[in-house]
Amino acid sequence: MAPQTITEKILAAHAGRERVTPGDNIWVNVDILMTHDVCGPPPIDIFKREFGDKAKVWDSDKLVILPDHYIFTEDPHARRNIELLRAFAHEHDLPHYYDVGTSRYKGVCHVALAEEGFNRPGNVLFGTDSHTCTSGAFGLFSTGVGNTDAALIMGTGKIWVKVPETMRFVFEGDLPPYLMAKDLILAVIGEIGTDGGTYRTLEFDGGAVYDLSMQERMTLTNMAIEAGGKNGIIAPDQVTFDFVRARTDAPFQAVYRDADAKFHSEYVFDVTEMVPVVAKPHSPDNKAPVTEVVGTRLDKCYIGSCTGGKLEDFEAAARVIKGQEVKVATYVVPASTEVERRMKEVTIDGQTIWDIFVSAGCMMGHASCGACLGGPIDTFGRAVGTEVVISTTNRNFPGRMGSKMSAVYLASPLTVAASALNGVITDPREVLV
Amino acid sequence: MKDVIRGLAYVVGDAIDTDQIIPAAHLVYSLTVPEERRMYGRYALSGVPADQQGLPQGGVPFTPEDAFESEYKVIISGSNFGCGSSREHAPFALAEAGCEAVVAESYARIFYRNSVDGGFVVPFETRVRLIDRIETGHEVEIDTARSTLHNHTTGEDFLLNPLGDVADILKAGNVFEYARQQGLIIT
Ligand code: SF4
Repeated sequence: MAPQTITEKILAAHAGRERVTPGDNIWVNVDILMTHDVCGPPPIDIFKREFGDKAKVWDSDKLVILPDHYIFTEDPHARRNIELLRAFAHEHDLPHYYDVGTSRYKGVCHVALAEEGFNRPGNVLFGTDSHTCTSGAFGLFSTGVGNTDAALIMGTGKIWVKVPETMRFVFEGDLPPYLMAKDLILAVIGEIGTDGGTYRTLEFDGGAVYDLSMQERMTLTNMAIEAGGKNGIIAPDQVTFDFVRARTDAPFQAVYRDADAKFHSEYVFDVTEMVPVVAKPHSPDNKAPVTEVVGTRLDKCYIGSCTGGKLEDFEAAARVIKGQEVKVATYVVPASTEVERRMKEVTIDGQTIWDIFVSAGCMMGHASCGACLGGPIDTFGRAVGTEVVISTTNRNFPGRMGSKMSAVYLASPLTVAASALNGVITDPREVLV
Repeated sequence: MKDVIRGLAYVVGDAIDTDQIIPAAHLVYSLTVPEERRMYGRYALSGVPADQQGLPQGGVPFTPEDAFESEYKVIISGSNFGCGSSREHAPFALAEAGCEAVVAESYARIFYRNSVDGGFVVPFETRVRLIDRIETGHEVEIDTARSTLHNHTTGEDFLLNPLGDVADILKAGNVFEYARQQGLIIT
């Protein structure tokens, strides 16, 4: 039998087939469907339209609803969305609804899926959010879909998929302390462009990837979509199993590729030769070494989102900032309530991560997507006017963080923290001792 | 899907992302309440920088201010149309404004999928860089079965890529009708 990649094997298993070939159109069974406040209400409307007012979702244990986008706002439409989700969850008696304003509230969906044990190796997971590819860090197939597809899954548990070809990115060597997963993925996107992975799988592999924690691996798969990828994936290992087992006892089946699986293309990087990079305005593939933009005057720094708002992102930034003051408005927004809680527990030389930011003069937000996608006008940290921003988020298209006139640089938490201390874009190698 | 789509062309550049197609701030409107859903038509493509709106001259809004519908039926774009978020509000907004087809060199896959599965606009791909050959306001006609585009203003003809597997979904109307035809939804 012809060899297959991980993605092909997972899709084949969920289509009840022995094997699939890239380009095949297949119907797959879905293990988890995730939705949130902005993209949740429309599929619910479509679900009711197509399946009837009394219809039941296909499996209430497989639907996960995580409001996270527009949470801390007075915008009446945004608040109505939450009410719609709440009513739907109640009506269908959904066990996995994480309501705003309760102790169950989690924050950014992709981080919460990991924390709550919904990312299980070998699974097929769909979400109404383009960064659903993040979950692929756990060796599963995950991708974003729109309202209509989500509604179809709600009713049937099934969806059609065109089997993607796989591009393989191998990272070798020991990661230097001034680099983070963000530098690696920005390098990939800079190399292949924002449509270089369109319709395809981006698989990350190599010793430097398996040396990373799950949080850092999630930064890699998170941004697969920024290269147009259908999904990002990393084969599971003991690090994956430990993370998952600490959070769920649900069964799963790890899947690995066949030894001689065929790839669309392969790229090999020696991480010891890589440098800190940024994506310049206004595209994630507008890559430049930090050295090229050092000294660029900043109006705002932002640390947050599913990409750069995980505990380790703040830990890295806090190590740089500790004992100093930021020279420019710096917004710190934990991705999830668990991240926020841990920031208040984990200490560096006796001071909590949270306190390190507070003492440095940072502005502290609460778990949500925050200004990552601009959001309503009263959103914490939103870019205004012609502000120049450096951010740990994943997109810098015009207007993404708010104002269409603003200019956003994307970078690692280390680079953003170093820049916050100087008020200008700064190479993290200058401040790391 | 109609056999023939005919109307005025509206030309934009490369990498038109979903924030440009429908800025995130407008996503709060209901997709079903009539007075609200028409706002998607009003704001369709409003995130495109003004000088890039309606090429080659620019400065031509897709939907005139205070209107809810556009006079343009066919959008012509370059590569990676619809990149960015997964929001289905994007093809929905274009359809709400009255647009019936997009012709681009390539698409972001979620936009492409949403357009097809929701039955909003017909997303044609082409190898020709049509944004250099067609101007905003030209009258164009697409033959959806033959996958050709005729420019009535200049008299030129262009080949589009065949729709392939997704033609069946577009013909069915949307993915639900298609799933019914396949026996996956029994109602
Ligand atoms: S943090 Fe940003 S990228 Fe992540 S889900 Fe929220 S809006 Fe999307």
